[in-house]
This record gives sequence, structure tokens and C-alpha cells, in this order.
Amino acid sequence: MLRLKKLVKTYKTGDQALKAVDLEVPKGQVLALIGPSGAGKSTLIRCINRLVEPTSGEVWLDDIELTHLGAGALRRARRKMGMIFQEYALVERLTVMENVLSGRLGYVGFWRSLTRRFPQSDVDEAFRLLDRVGLLAMADKRADELSGGQRQRVGIARALIQNPALLLVDEPTASLDPKTSRQIMRLICELCAERGLAAIINIHDVALAQLFVQRVIGLRFGAIEFDGPPDALSPEVLTTIYGEEDWQATIKKDEDAEDDSVEEELA
Amino acid sequence: MSAAATDLDSMLGRRWKRPPLIRRAWLRWTLTLGGLVYLVLAIASVEVNWSRVYEGLDRGAAFIMSFARPDFVSRAGDIWEGLLESLVMTVAASVVGILISIPIGLGAARNIAPLPVYLICRSIVALSRALQEIIVAILLVAIFGFGPLAGFLTLSFATIGFLSKLLAEDIEAMDKTQGEAIRATGARWTQWINYGVQPQVMPRLIGLSMYRLDINFRESAILGLVGAGGIGATLNTAFDRYEFDTAAAILLVIIGIVMLLEYLSGLIRARVR
Repeated sequence: MLRLKKLVKTYKTGDQALKAVDLEVPKGQVLALIGPSGAGKSTLIRCINRLVEPTSGEVWLDDIELTHLGAGALRRARRKMGMIFQEYALVERLTVMENVLSGRLGYVGFWRSLTRRFPQSDVDEAFRLLDRVGLLAMADKRADELSGGQRQRVGIARALIQNPALLLVDEPTASLDPKTSRQIMRLICELCAERGLAAIINIHDVALAQLFVQRVIGLRFGAIEFDGPPDALSPEVLTTIYGEEDWQATIKKDEDAEDDSVEEELA
Repeated sequence: MSAAATDLDSMLGRRWKRPPLIRRAWLRWTLTLGGLVYLVLAIASVEVNWSRVYEGLDRGAAFIMSFARPDFVSRAGDIWEGLLESLVMTVAASVVGILISIPIGLGAARNIAPLPVYLICRSIVALSRALQEIIVAILLVAIFGFGPLAGFLTLSFATIGFLSKLLAEDIEAMDKTQGEAIRATGARWTQWINYGVQPQVMPRLIGLSMYRLDINFRESAILGLVGAGGIGATLNTAFDRYEFDTAAAILLVIIGIVMLLEYLSGLIRARVR
């Protein structure tokens, strides 16, 4: 469904963030992108929806090549790619509802969005999503009144209301506590399963990634060093991705199966 | 503090000083000394004619004394008329100026405008800021004749330079990820501005607009001196006739209104956050 061919990004400073990356993600697959800081993880997912312009190479979403699209076609393609950010990136002075509805901007004309008269189907869908992430009561609160975990759920709702085929997720848990991190990861993966979405999740926490995803990609210095199932992450593999370190503690399986599910938490 | 010492042991026990702003010692001292010499010479070059100051004290005293008995009554009609003209001029010029400033401010922000648009908008801002109000007013009075039209146009023009520049700088300082998140939804440019940029800069825009309204009113009192209408014209006439008591009344009215505007902008800014 998503195919990257020899994707290269060289920044103006001469830093080569991506070195001819080839990657194929089938429909409905959730994959984690791990690697040290500066390995090019953020650059990779931003090159897919062209928040960062790739230097060369191709990005195919279904049968559309994204890197050469004009402005209008790019906007239509972006509607199919929901993005979730580190630090949430909610527009803080807008209400929760406006933030969620902003996910429909790609579908709605300027004057409708200016006057906030979104189609009723969008508004209903926004309410359904807010209910699904457990924030229905917060719809009219301003985004800066929410806690970190709540903000990230709004971010998730904003991405999903686009009705995307692919989620690009950039460090969703980097600013959250361990418990909220798990809830957010579980929520993202559940929603992907419910809707058959593919997702690329950029994540620092290797153990957390292992818990939830079906496939792991290890990136180092802008090149793919590892591609396989989460169980195959051995100390040797982590050393090739990150460098020498004692990995036993990181990849130890969590035996204490957590029974706090998101739903219970929110009920 | 030799540059070679980089290992920890040799650094320990050493005193540390912040590196000076200008690293080359001779340049640092030359600039400091040069600055001091210039300051002394500049102050020495200002001539003060003390006998003239002594004579002027009387006039100054008369002026200040008239504040004790300002005359609002004998020229009440003129004051009222001038005041009304000033207020109309101020409000109209602020509204028009702000409306024009917003698109120019957007264009003058490097992070959202393409280079050619940026250069054009920055030139407009620079032009507006380079031409001082009084000079513009004299030119416009020459074109449109005496009266508030020239004042209105002058203030609109000056508002553009002020507001566009500060708005553009606020947009350039905004949080990029909030805007990125909106762009990632497939929003068109206008929607991106409306959802990703506008909410971030709105409080500042409102604060600046109120401040500009305040400035425009004060400027309108000055512009009257060169014939551009408003309360300044009334004030000028009062000075010409040596009616210091009426002038005092006008100044008190101006002070009152400026204080009122300050209070009002405080109220509004407290509500918009």
C-alpha cells in the first residue's frame, strides 16, 4: 500500500538524513520505526507526507506517486495520511472540537471552515471519535486545558477523522508517563485494527514497541539496519542499530500483564 | 585560560570567566574608549543659552499655571468639533490601516510567504516606516488640501508600517508544529492560516491594534499642527492666539482620552488570552 523507493533526503547543511531507503508497508500493518536520535526517523515519516521535501526517490501511496504532486494533488493525498505528533501539536487556542474538526479541512471548503459550519456528518463523526477516545465531555474545552494523555487522544481523533488509509505517528509517547504511554499505544493499535489502517510509528521505547507492533524497522544513520518481527530483536540486533550497550534490561518481556485497558480507565 | 587545556584535570581549580562579547582585546578597548570620547564630545557640543532659558522660564510658568485654570468653556464648540474630527479620523484610519496590514503582515512573514511576496511586502513596510507621519501629512495636505482627509490617509499609511511589521514578526515566532499539524490534514493555504496561524497570533494582533488606535489618536493631535485637521488644529489655533488656558483644556482632554484608551485596551487584552 505504501512503497518507498530509494528515498534520499539531504539537508541544506549537507547532512544526509536518509540514504536510499526502500520500504514496503502492506495494508493494515502496524510497524515501529526505531533508531537512535538523529537516525532520520522523523525525516522519514515527514518525507512521506512531504512536510519535509525528499531530495530524490519515490513515495507510492497505493498507485499515486507523491514526490512530484502539485499543491492541489498533494493536499488530496495528505487527506489519506493522518499524522500524530510528539508533543501533540494541537492548536492550543482552539477548542478540542475545532482541533478534531481541523482533520476535515482537506475535505471542506474555505468558507465553511472559516465559519465553522462543518457538514453534520463530520460533526457526528467528531463526536463519535471523541467518545471512542473518552473525551466527549471535553469537546468545548480549549486544547491547552487538557493533560498530556488527553491531548494526545485529541491528536489521534484529529488524525482519524481524516479517514486515512495510513497513520504517520511521530513519537506519540515521548512526553507521556509510562502508563499513559501504554494506553496511547494500545489505543492507536486498536484503532488501526478496527479500521484496517497501516501505521508507521516512530518510537524510542523499544520495549513498548515490542508489546504492540507486528513489525519493527531499525534505522541507523539514515539506512535500514533491521527489518523483522519484534521477537527477533536480539541484543546483537540492537547493538547494530544503536551501538554497544547492555540490552538485557531493555528487551526483557514484561511479565506483569497490565489489566488496565483504556476503556476501563475511561469508563 | 589557554586554548589547549581541554582535559578535565587541567581545568579543575581554574577560575572561569564568561568569554567577552568581542574577543579581540584591542578592538574591545578601542570601541569602549571611542564610545566614551564620542559621548563626552556630543554632550559638550550641545549649546545652552542660559539667559534665554531664564527668560523662557516666565512663559513656561504661565503655561503651567494655566493648567490650574483650564478654560473648557469659551472655545467649547471648537474643542468639541476638533475632538470629534480627531476621533473619527483615528477610528477610520485604524480600521482601514489594520485591514490592509493583515495581508501585508502575512506576506512579510518569511515562514509562510514565498520570497517574491515577502520582498514586496517588506518593501511596503519599509517605505511606510521610513516616511515619518509629519512628512507624509505635509505631502498629503499639499495634495488633498487642509482637513481631516489628509490626516486619515496619513494615519492609515503609518498604521500599515507599524502593524504589518509587528504582525509578521509574531507570525515568524509562532510554534511551527501546530501549523505543521494543520498542513498534514490536507488543508488548503487559507485554511492553514485560519486554523494553524491565526489562533496563535490573534491575542497579539488585538493587543497591537488597540495600541495603534491609541497611537493614532495621539498622532492626530500632532497632525493638526501641519493642517491635517482634528484636535491638533484646534490646539494650534489656541497656541497662535496665546490662549494657554484653552490649550491647557485641550491637552487635558487628550490626556483623559489616552488614559481611557489605555484602560480599555487593558480590559480587552485581559479578556483575550
